Amino acid sequence: MKNKTVKLAFMKSLPVLAGYIVLGIGFGILLSKAGYGPLWAFAMSVLIYGGSMQYVGVDLISGGVSILMTAVTTIMVNARHLFYSISMLRVYKDSGKYKPYLIFSLTDETYSLLCDGKTPEGAEPEKYRFLVSLFNHSYWIIGGVIGNILGSVLPFSSRGIEFSMTALFISAFVEQWITMKDHIPAISGIACTLISLLIFGPENFLIPAMLLITLTLSLLRGRLDGKEEMK
Amino acid sequence: MTSPVHTAALIAVMAIGSMLLRFLPFLVFRKKTPPFIAYLGKVLPSAIIGMLIVYCLRETNVTAMPFGLPELIATGIVVLLQIWKRKTILSIIAGTAAYMLLLQVVF
Repeated sequence: MKNKTVKLAFMKSLPVLAGYIVLGIGFGILLSKAGYGPLWAFAMSVLIYGGSMQYVGVDLISGGVSILMTAVTTIMVNARHLFYSISMLRVYKDSGKYKPYLIFSLTDETYSLLCDGKTPEGAEPEKYRFLVSLFNHSYWIIGGVIGNILGSVLPFSSRGIEFSMTALFISAFVEQWITMKDHIPAISGIACTLISLLIFGPENFLIPAMLLITLTLSLLRGRLDGKEEMK
Repeated sequence: MTSPVHTAALIAVMAIGSMLLRFLPFLVFRKKTPPFIAYLGKVLPSAIIGMLIVYCLRETNVTAMPFGLPELIATGIVVLLQIWKRKTILSIIAGTAAYMLLLQVVF
């Protein structure tokens, strides 16, 4: 029974494997170019565990900015995690001893795998979610350390491979579209973010987008609440 | 290059800041989740995934060559494959391979 949960969790985590190794390597290379060795890569990937945050983090540590500046940047870059946690309140409610780690390791990618709240038949749900999170985290750490050690001696051009993460989100979006009855939340997410991107540009649009999404969904509450059930 | 102590301090700040954001909703709504927050929790997943797609494609330039065509084609491949086969890994591998090919060979 236990082995089945491990196997199912591993299968679920596979789409993240390639993407995390590659993005992790990208981070490791960047960090080594800034003059920091594998121990730093390891520490950052274990403790911070967030893609865009760590890429920005390379600039922060190599630039030697202040603690306050770092704190503000962290909150700006990672504010979307508030959203993930709010929508996982119910799913992670009864996770017991796994709960702290599940919350800690809730990245974009892990969120996209687990946010529907579904677990496959025959898996122990809490353990399954824990293992999916743990596998993803380990891919990320391995990628970061490998990239840092290898530096920039990749044998082939990996240009464009970052699309694997985009593809993961697109397929998650399509899956949700197929299984959800009401498509208004999905459309609001794309529309609000696009509007915000057009107004604020690619550097600063994420927080306005989140506010706009929250506002839109609040206004639509009368229409959507109670109707939408995740199957 | 800054001192290792300062670097370690900055990493700690980033780690604690990220953790705080992830834990905050769980700490604030520990006892009871207000109906409005529960409602948001239900409708947010599809909205956020939509947001993340736009976020990933934010640097796409549609006003100059190749006019975002590699992104558009690769996205189309992922969408169609996912509808047709519903195998996430297949959609990702095919979409990414197509994108790399378009970027490195075609455009």
